[in-house]
Amino acid sequence: MIKISNIHKTFGENHILKGISAEFKEGICNLIIGGSGSGKTTLLKCMVGLHEPEKGSVIYDDRNFTRMNFQSRIEIRTEIGMLFQGSALFDSMNVEDNIMFPINMFTDQNHKEKLERANFCLERVNLTGKNKLFPAELSGGMKKRVGIARAIAMNPKYLFVDEPNSGLDPKTAIVIDDLIQELTVEYKTTTIVVTHDMNSVMGIGENIIFLHEGKKWWEGSNKEISQTDNIELNEFVFASKFMLALQKK
Amino acid sequence: MIFHPLGKYILLLKAVFRRPEKWNIYRSEILHEMVSIGVGSLGIIAIISLFLGAVTTVQTAFQLVSDFIPKSVIGMIVRDSAILELSPTISAIVLAGKVGSSIASQIGTMRVTEQIDALEIMGINSPGYLILPKIIGAVTMIPLLVIISIGLTITGGYIAGTASGAVTGEDFINGITSAFIPFTFTVSMVKSVMFAFIITSVSAYQGFYTDGGALEVGRSSTKAVVISCIAILFTDYVVAQLLL
Repeated sequence: MIKISNIHKTFGENHILKGISAEFKEGICNLIIGGSGSGKTTLLKCMVGLHEPEKGSVIYDDRNFTRMNFQSRIEIRTEIGMLFQGSALFDSMNVEDNIMFPINMFTDQNHKEKLERANFCLERVNLTGKNKLFPAELSGGMKKRVGIARAIAMNPKYLFVDEPNSGLDPKTAIVIDDLIQELTVEYKTTTIVVTHDMNSVMGIGENIIFLHEGKKWWEGSNKEISQTDNIELNEFVFASKFMLALQKK
Repeated sequence: MIFHPLGKYILLLKAVFRRPEKWNIYRSEILHEMVSIGVGSLGIIAIISLFLGAVTTVQTAFQLVSDFIPKSVIGMIVRDSAILELSPTISAIVLAGKVGSSIASQIGTMRVTEQIDALEIMGINSPGYLILPKIIGAVTMIPLLVIISIGLTITGGYIAGTASGAVTGEDFINGITSAFIPFTFTVSMVKSVMFAFIITSVSAYQGFYTDGGALEVGRSSTKAVVISCIAILFTDYVVAQLLL
């Protein structure tokens, strides 16, 4: 479980996060949603330590991440897997080396064991046999799947996913969402997904946090989201004609 | 105004020299960088060195109009110019353009495409993993390139001198073998090690703190070359003043 309390973050004069507190449970997909500029990605980056919040704390299973030094943070970071918006695969490495990279760095496994693990992760994301391809040779959806394979290579306890469906067609987006949910249940990870894709919200949003103007505006599940009378959330959820038609039905 | 980036640069260097997670991975990265920086720059260094030597010989011969000065002085001047200034400094400026811009754009691209964030998330000391192998690769290979450059500059001078009739081969050889002060070679090596460090660390700093997109990567690359060149020339003066 990850618990955040009273997170504040400013960039120059811009107060992006204004005291956000929340709990993210393990074994379910926790979604952070909100419009562009609402602070979703900033919150995610504060949680993993890519940004330092000015105030507040991030606690990973009773371990206060915000108060840790660099060395202690490494311990937690080896338990974290993250899929970035642009996948962030290493251009100079092929698919296999990308997946084996964290294993190379933090374990003493021999090459055969590492290769077995890489092949297992590739099989898990339905990319068997694509070991020798380079990121430049992959489609957007394949890049995301390789990103997921790399994220799960070290058996993470915490999985962070930033905009998994950006730039993907709806069909591939559903495949990625399903994969994230399957992995969450299978490995009992604490999964946090930042998204503004309503298909993801309705499909995998077991616990949803809605951010608006840097504050937590609403919290609930995908079953509750369409019945809420929260004006800002309704404006966000029913911005598309498709969702509006769905609501009228 | 200069203190903030200087402080960031020093803090980055502190992170670069933190203990590596796994030496065998760093070792293969260092070898890769040595090949990339050393072997990859051999061609351009060879070409500029030959021409620098040729031009220095022809221009020195043009200026030596007195019959009281022996022609062997041309060889001497070419040798000392090559060792003390032409090979270390001009090579470093060319390498700042070639290697420095490549380092800045490579690391800058990794920054804007979140690859550096991905390293950080995995618990890897990204400055150490990305920059240390480049610094070690450059500090070991650039002095070797400078030694090759010295040899080729003198060779270029010999070819141009004898071909144009400005100096005979015998006079030129006499010149380069007489009154040699070995300490000049030490100064040249000190300069090349310092220039190698400047090129890689300044360029890596510019790339590492790139913020934005493709446009900013280009800007970082340009800034890396400009700042490296200024720092090289400043260091050149300081070393000359202190050691000679």
